[in-house]
Amino acid sequence: MGMTLAEKILARASGRSAAAPDEVVVASIDLAMSHENADLVRKSFKEIGVARVWDPEKIVIILDHRVPAESEKTATTHKAIREFVREQGIRHFYDVGRGGICHQVLAENGHVKPGMVVVGTDSHTTTHGAFGAFAAGIGATEMAGVWTEGRLWFKVPSTIRILVSGEFPPWLSAKDLILYIIGQLGADGADYRAVEFDGPAIRNLTVASRMVLANLSMEMGAKAAFTPVEEIGPDADARYERVMEIDAAAVLGEPQIACPHAVDNVKPLSALREVPVDQAVLGSCTNGRLEDLEIAARLLAGKRVHERTRLIVIPASQRIYLEAMKLGYIQTLVEAGAMINPPGCGPCVGVHQGILAAGEVCISSTNRNFIGRMGSKDSEVYLASPAVVAASALAGHIAHPEEVEA
Amino acid sequence: MKPFTRFASRVVALPNRNVDTDQIIPARFLKTTTKEGLDRQLFHDWRYDAEGHPRPDFVLNQPRARGAQILLAGDNFGCGSSREHAPWALTQFGFRAVISTSFADIFRQNSLKNSLLPVIVPADVHQELFALVERDPEMTLAVDLAGQKLEMPGGRAVEFPIDPFSRQCLLDGVDELGYILQHLPAIEEFEAGRAVPINTLAG
Repeated sequence: MGMTLAEKILARASGRSAAAPDEVVVASIDLAMSHENADLVRKSFKEIGVARVWDPEKIVIILDHRVPAESEKTATTHKAIREFVREQGIRHFYDVGRGGICHQVLAENGHVKPGMVVVGTDSHTTTHGAFGAFAAGIGATEMAGVWTEGRLWFKVPSTIRILVSGEFPPWLSAKDLILYIIGQLGADGADYRAVEFDGPAIRNLTVASRMVLANLSMEMGAKAAFTPVEEIGPDADARYERVMEIDAAAVLGEPQIACPHAVDNVKPLSALREVPVDQAVLGSCTNGRLEDLEIAARLLAGKRVHERTRLIVIPASQRIYLEAMKLGYIQTLVEAGAMINPPGCGPCVGVHQGILAAGEVCISSTNRNFIGRMGSKDSEVYLASPAVVAASALAGHIAHPEEVEA
Repeated sequence: MKPFTRFASRVVALPNRNVDTDQIIPARFLKTTTKEGLDRQLFHDWRYDAEGHPRPDFVLNQPRARGAQILLAGDNFGCGSSREHAPWALTQFGFRAVISTSFADIFRQNSLKNSLLPVIVPADVHQELFALVERDPEMTLAVDLAGQKLEMPGGRAVEFPIDPFSRQCLLDGVDELGYILQHLPAIEEFEAGRAVPINTLAG
């Protein structure tokens, strides 16, 4: 019987010829990623009491959630992590100014390869399915076990296959597609499932856009998510729990917006009344890549951010920052009135620069709009594509890019 | 960790669906460098007003929540970030079990490692439980992990699923490391009997 990609990868990693949904397998871990919570992992690891991590070459630590340190507590955490990576000989450590957002840094430095099993102490670790890896988020205690043993058990997930055809309408992107799908399936619609995206519309997407799909699949509960790669794929006779077919041209009539306070509360833009915007955020592991900065720069070139709105732009990594600078995007954005934050998670998780006050409204290219996610519990976050974020920054309200074009 | 023995408790009902870990404990409290004191921050933004005073309309601030060890939660409880602070905050508040129709995966795994029992019940039982708590806030349920069942008022029992290994660890009051250490004499005996030590640094 044929296997899905998740089944195939977990079978290989656990030394079996096959794996089927609901079987429990013990898989060798190819890559273990942590960010600031490496400090929590470190503490549990010390409790276990072994002297050395299982394989320092397979551990990657990237500081991103609170960089540079905004408080003494964070500075203490960062310092403890630096001492630990030195002690353990962990070479793949990306400190302040050397990396950026963990999921971007992992990808752009070639740590992830097709067929790998990747775990990360971050829920958006699903991102790396864009490179054909089975990549899942785990807790800190779980990771301490991985650092010790290099293995982890998994219940093999069943798979939902999503086939997308048709052209994306102008200004619409992978973000609109995945928000639409999350709106259809719901926040628990892929709980403990793997998701395979395929179809001509997916194969036409850039790698950066494929990362958006894998990244946000977490917001419908996915254990792992994949977009196609050449090196490994599902068998033609693989069995799926469900196959969805989507015509992007037909269903994506207009930009999709996740309204407060749930990622599955998705509406087409025209269903919103004119929503005034205090802050617009362009960044995060979901949408802080070069193509995202490019589309914003294209819309904002020669214009000014609306006087009632502030625009915060966070390149996802040092490398993207530098590229965007060379290409002139940064200059364009700054001239338009954007503030550029250092590469990192920024205000997405509500603990770094760009926090919202009570009553404020934010349009954001990030991944979560839960109550209080970006600051005050009485603030509101709308999630949208980079194009809509840039257009809204110009218009001062949530706007279609067509409205501000030219 | 203490062995997870049968207990009976009043029930706190929180019917909201998709309660995410940002609601269970907001991210700004994760800067802490210790695991302690998180109970005060549990459901912080639902529990306190802007001045930091408890909101009387929130269930955790009501007398019925005092000493309650069971949280009856809406579908897909614990979605969102992977923060282990969520089960830490819940257990430090005093919860030992959360009942729902479904849990987000990372939260469920984190809970099992921290003596918090996720109890999955069918939708009809779930609805019945909310109705029972609504009718009688003093109602108690018993959680019997050894028998893998919820004991409902009137004596009816509802079975719930849990994998045998997690169940045994909770019953023994050990985490995975503790489980291994239970077998220490056998491990030491094996190690002593091995003639040639294997070089674990090679290969």
